[in-house]
Amino acid sequence: MADLIATDLCMTFTNPQTGGKVEALKDVNFHLKEGEILSVLGPSGCGKTTLLNIVAGFINPSSGTVALDDHIIHGPGADRGMVFQQGALFEWLPVEKNVDFGLRMKKTDKTEAAAKVEHWLDTVGLQGFGKTPTYQLSGGMQQRVALARCLVNDPEVILMDEPLGALDALTREKMQSLVLELWKETGKTIMIITHSVEEALLLGERLFVMAPRPGRLHKEYRLPFAERGLKESLREIKKDPEFSRVREEILTMIWDMEEEIMGRV
Amino acid sequence: MFEWLSDNRGLIAAFLVLLALVSFVSSIVIGRKQSAIREKDEVFGDPERNKRGWYWAVCGVSALFLVWFYYSWGTARAFFPQAANELCQVAKLDEALSPINASLPATSRYYKSTTLVARNSEQLDALQIPTGSFSASEQPTAEALFDKVHRLLALQSDPQKLGPEARADLTAVADGLSALAQDLRNRDMSGLSPSAEALAQPSWGTTHIEIPLLPETARGVLFDEISAKATELAKSFSKIRNHPPEAELLIAEIRADIDGLKASAAPSAEQAEPRADFLKSFERIFKRLDDGTIFPAAALNGVEQSIADLEQASSKAQGGLTWLKATVFPGGSIVKSRTLCTEQGTGRWLPKPTDVVAQLAQLANPNLDAGGGFKGTTLLWWKWLPIADVVAFFVPDWIADIMPGEYARNNESGQVIPNFKDHVLALAQGDIYLGSIPMLDGHIWDSLFRVLVALVLGVVLGVPLGIMMGVSRFFKSFFDPLIELYRPVPPLAWAPLILTIFGIQDDGKIFLLFMVAFAIMVISARTGASGTQLSKIRASHSLGASVGQILRHVILPNAMPEILTGIRIAIGVCWGTLVAAEMLAGTTGVGFIENVARTVSDYELIWVTILIMGVLGLVFDMCMRWVIHKTIPWRGKG
Repeated sequence: MADLIATDLCMTFTNPQTGGKVEALKDVNFHLKEGEILSVLGPSGCGKTTLLNIVAGFINPSSGTVALDDHIIHGPGADRGMVFQQGALFEWLPVEKNVDFGLRMKKTDKTEAAAKVEHWLDTVGLQGFGKTPTYQLSGGMQQRVALARCLVNDPEVILMDEPLGALDALTREKMQSLVLELWKETGKTIMIITHSVEEALLLGERLFVMAPRPGRLHKEYRLPFAERGLKESLREIKKDPEFSRVREEILTMIWDMEEEIMGRV
Repeated sequence: MFEWLSDNRGLIAAFLVLLALVSFVSSIVIGRKQSAIREKDEVFGDPERNKRGWYWAVCGVSALFLVWFYYSWGTARAFFPQAANELCQVAKLDEALSPINASLPATSRYYKSTTLVARNSEQLDALQIPTGSFSASEQPTAEALFDKVHRLLALQSDPQKLGPEARADLTAVADGLSALAQDLRNRDMSGLSPSAEALAQPSWGTTHIEIPLLPETARGVLFDEISAKATELAKSFSKIRNHPPEAELLIAEIRADIDGLKASAAPSAEQAEPRADFLKSFERIFKRLDDGTIFPAAALNGVEQSIADLEQASSKAQGGLTWLKATVFPGGSIVKSRTLCTEQGTGRWLPKPTDVVAQLAQLANPNLDAGGGFKGTTLLWWKWLPIADVVAFFVPDWIADIMPGEYARNNESGQVIPNFKDHVLALAQGDIYLGSIPMLDGHIWDSLFRVLVALVLGVVLGVPLGIMMGVSRFFKSFFDPLIELYRPVPPLAWAPLILTIFGIQDDGKIFLLFMVAFAIMVISARTGASGTQLSKIRASHSLGASVGQILRHVILPNAMPEILTGIRIAIGVCWGTLVAAEMLAGTTGVGFIENVARTVSDYELIWVTILIMGVLGLVFDMCMRWVIHKTIPWRGKG
């Protein structure tokens, strides 16, 4: 059972100069079942990225636990793949060496690794780009490499930190479809942090809206759009009145939160 | 081939000067045309504007060559090879007249006599009779001494009192000089021809910087003759003394007074020393006046006019030579001193391009017996290096000591039979022949070798430490003070200490350079390692890489641009330090050559070493730029 379970997560940062404390997360609980795709939304400073970093194991929570597959997470591991906003590719390596990085670190057999790399490059639509230096790729292609690099390692959970934030609108839409395809094909548990409401609605089977100060889960949605996105065109879904209604609701919610922050400051 | 090139230096130089001139002019023409075309497309400040432009490079290089040729008098030697010889003859006349001119205001603003009178009066005024040094009877004599000397100065400066002999001698010299001037003006030069000996002289520049001494042209012969006569006149001028009869009497009187005062003792013992000091000082001034070298200023008028006349005649007789001297011999002139005519000014300290090349060719000649190389070592060549030497370098002697058994001893039959332990010792000391390998050799290689070994050591030890300092708080805090303490000390400040400890051979210099390279490599590797993007580190953690793998596969390649830039800087700094270190001590290397050249003021050799160092530095840097371009093509594109 590769479920991702967060229990009473709290994260408090202390400013080393002033000694002031900031509650980035407070009492966050959720249970993400295997194969679910979750998007997390919220105004800036609500602790989305902190939550993701805790799940990835880059930072340890002040209290509470995150467990994957009944194991409590301590530190980063290959069972949780990461995709960053800027790709974070190794620019001194060509595409295929980037993709098989995880396999090389595990000292996987070379022919096996080569087959896997080819398969995943095909899947993300980068056939024949194996030898290309990464700095010659466009932003969208770099993000595809990052996806392939993550998937080739066969993680149980894929964590994405605003993965499509730096792409132009058209590329972004294509990549959204790709993410959904990959979700369907691999059946992986996916957690996406985003600041685009539309993207969160399209990609999230489940959706958390977080609220700031202290960072907490404000509202949870279960949405049909991700499932529909596998069959229909994303543009059609966006025209759906239900889609518009939920979008407006969440936008208003986040707007109010922002207003509240401004008022307090 | 080499002989031919050397003999036709003038011709080659002339060709090169013309070539430089043509390229200079044509590159400007091309450059202006190109600029006119391109200016239409590019606004000012567009980075595209400073791309390419080889024609301006040609323009700059040929301008440099033209200036070099011009100020080193290379143009003069190429196009007017006889001018120097003629100027040498003119210089002979200047030299011949210099003793006379030294007495006249021409060279030192004042008459020599004026200077003497002024100085002596000044010193006389500063002198005082110490109180109580003389008895009451001596006191008036001592006081009268001052007045007598002043009277003597007046006598010597009075034209009316000029001694009859001196008057006649001065007139004779003045007449002689005027006769020479007449001679210069009126002589028909077509009747003069240079001697066979003069024509056989080596030409200008063939033997280093000397200029052929004997006159090679008709004009030269004339000047040579005139200057020989002028030398005689100058000699008799120097012998003239001004001894007016009255002054002679006065001199005898003063001398008797001084001797009388010196003979008797001071009134008291403690006055003995001030009395002796006063008399000694007074006598010193007086001795400058009793030899008749002071003349009335007016008495020299005749000589002065004749000299001016002679100089006027000389410059007229030089004709086009004065014009040449002003144009193609910039920044100095040809000077004659004793037995040599030499270039003085830029022509001397800025060697001609062709001479520099010739010197370089001679240095580069690997045949030491034929005068090639420098101080018994070639510039850059190869030699057979015994493998045993290399082995002995790496295997220390104590390896033999820890082998089992004892070293061989002489046995009862008086023989020494080496055993295993002895053989190991022989190996460690390089006494076993193991064959030879070809190896580079020479001054340049010695310098290169020192830099390369130090650099390799610096990189091998400095990069790992730097990377660890970039990622670990312990390493950073522990080593930072150590490195930051020694690094800011200029390498040359360390040099005396290190050369004293390690000796003047390679080890000391290599260690010094290693210190330099090490600090630079540590700092650059550290900067590179600590500049790794956090997301890349996190990504590799998530891909299951261990700490060692992250260091090796992520942080090291990420630091590569800084490391390579560090190597590039380290090469430059090492090279500079090395040359300075070689100047301090050692017997080989480019810096050693320059140091020897400096001690013997061999400007050509100094310039050759500068040239070698410049070119090698350029080659190093171009290699590193190529390596950087090949290994980190992603730089600036991430």
